[in-house]
Amino acid sequence: MSSRAAPLPEEGRLRSLVDFYATQMRTSVVAQLQYRAANYFYMLGMVAEPVIYLVVWSTIARQHGGAVNGITAGQFAAYYIVWTLVRNMNIVFGAPFWEWRIREGRLAGDLLRPLNILHYDLAYFAGWKFVVVALWLPIAVGLSAVFHPDLHPSALQVVVFVVAIWGAYFVRSMFQATIGMLNFWTTRGAAVFDLYMATEMLLSGRLVPLQLMPGWVQTFADFLPFKWTFGFPIESLVSNLSTRSLLLGLGAQVMWTVIGYVLFTFAWRAAIKRFSAVGA
Amino acid sequence: MAGGDQAVLGGGRVNTLRVGWLFFKVGVMNELQYRVNFFVQLFQSLIQVGTGLVMLSLVYSHTTELNGWKESELLSLLGVQILLGGFIHTFIQPNMELLMQDVQQGTLDYALTKPEDAQILISVRQVRIWQVVEVISGLVLLIVGLTGVQSSIGAVDALAFTFALGIGGVLVYCFWLILTIGAFWVVRMEHVLELFEGIYQTGRWPVGVYPGWLRYSVTFLVPVAFAVTVPAEALTSRLHWPTLVLSVAFAAALFAFTRWFWRFGLRHYSGASA
Repeated sequence: MSSRAAPLPEEGRLRSLVDFYATQMRTSVVAQLQYRAANYFYMLGMVAEPVIYLVVWSTIARQHGGAVNGITAGQFAAYYIVWTLVRNMNIVFGAPFWEWRIREGRLAGDLLRPLNILHYDLAYFAGWKFVVVALWLPIAVGLSAVFHPDLHPSALQVVVFVVAIWGAYFVRSMFQATIGMLNFWTTRGAAVFDLYMATEMLLSGRLVPLQLMPGWVQTFADFLPFKWTFGFPIESLVSNLSTRSLLLGLGAQVMWTVIGYVLFTFAWRAAIKRFSAVGA
Repeated sequence: MAGGDQAVLGGGRVNTLRVGWLFFKVGVMNELQYRVNFFVQLFQSLIQVGTGLVMLSLVYSHTTELNGWKESELLSLLGVQILLGGFIHTFIQPNMELLMQDVQQGTLDYALTKPEDAQILISVRQVRIWQVVEVISGLVLLIVGLTGVQSSIGAVDALAFTFALGIGGVLVYCFWLILTIGAFWVVRMEHVLELFEGIYQTGRWPVGVYPGWLRYSVTFLVPVAFAVTVPAEALTSRLHWPTLVLSVAFAAALFAFTRWFWRFGLRHYSGASA
């Protein structure tokens, strides 16, 4: 009996991981396509935020002869419309949802699966992006018709942008997952998550293009992960960054993904030791 | 049973206000068990106020006025927005979330089979008392902002402000309930929360800055402008009486519509086991 059992395909580990990602992504595409109304609710609420910033800054630009710090109303429009795509891309399994996962006892089941839970989240949300981007296109066309963005990217910029939005996705996934580990120690993580989100809001280019921030804030932001999930992907398409800055930016995204992954691994190991399933 | 319980047991019609008050008391008692949440909420409110102030100072480091509003006036507007937001998070949103959840899980039946008016019941079942911190932080911002406003505020202005804020509360309640009633048709409604929060952020800026189509949307389609800008206008000597009268008429019409829409939605609700 045992002699006839096929050996596990060791050499195919990478291939099965790729297979797993492809399948999980397809599953999430099919699942999310059923919830188009829910996805649109979410997206419309999300679009309100950049539209507000855009309206405020283009009002100021118009009041001051057409530009603020050299940014024109058309450039603001380009920034905040690209913002909507970048924001859609960097929505990941958020830190607060780890609490739900633990509280509802879902984690206990997830732990029995063969791969680390991070793979499931990464693959599921990655698949979801294809649905989200398809649903986003009409919104982008509408916003462009209303706000007239000033957008003339080169071919290289477009290529870098396409890579950078995935870089942003990975950086943000790693850090949200790491912060999410806090839920293993406390059920009142909300205040910490809010603080993290507020810091991200100010230092990432989500609230305003970082050029509008004081110089020391900009320098500070260069050394933190936040900028690489919002400001950099947006500016890779809308600003005239040099080829060197574009490539350095992608490098920074790789670096922060690795740092985030290492942090997550340490946090996860410590966290999982503390975990006891609800009811166990 | 003692005679005093006759009213509760159906011997007489229970006063609507009394039901609301009872639910409020139970809600407060529930929340008082979680006292650390007060500090969590305080911290969250500080972050919220801090982010708002940074945005304001960024805007006013590049300009002296935005569409005719000076920094201190806009600070008052931010105060009103946070104050009303606190009211929404304390009284309105928890009930709407519960309603959505009830429709999804079929437990709404329990509320519908009670003798009291169902709309009233589903509107008063929960209260998140610690969110009141937001109301207070909004009030502080409002007062700080008003000390910077040149013109003095008379008793009439203060009265008009309070009145307009009350109307704003009614408008937001109606809007939230209309959205939530959508749960009778669309099952997955949890993202409606993000939709509302996103739209509510438009209230941080005077409605005049928005281009025409958006201005009309956030005034009539989504009554954020009426709810936030009108009270703030009362305090910054911008309010014209016709605007106030219009907002009262609009609130009455919206309330009547919400009432009709609630009943219409209920007819489409088949319950969990039906």
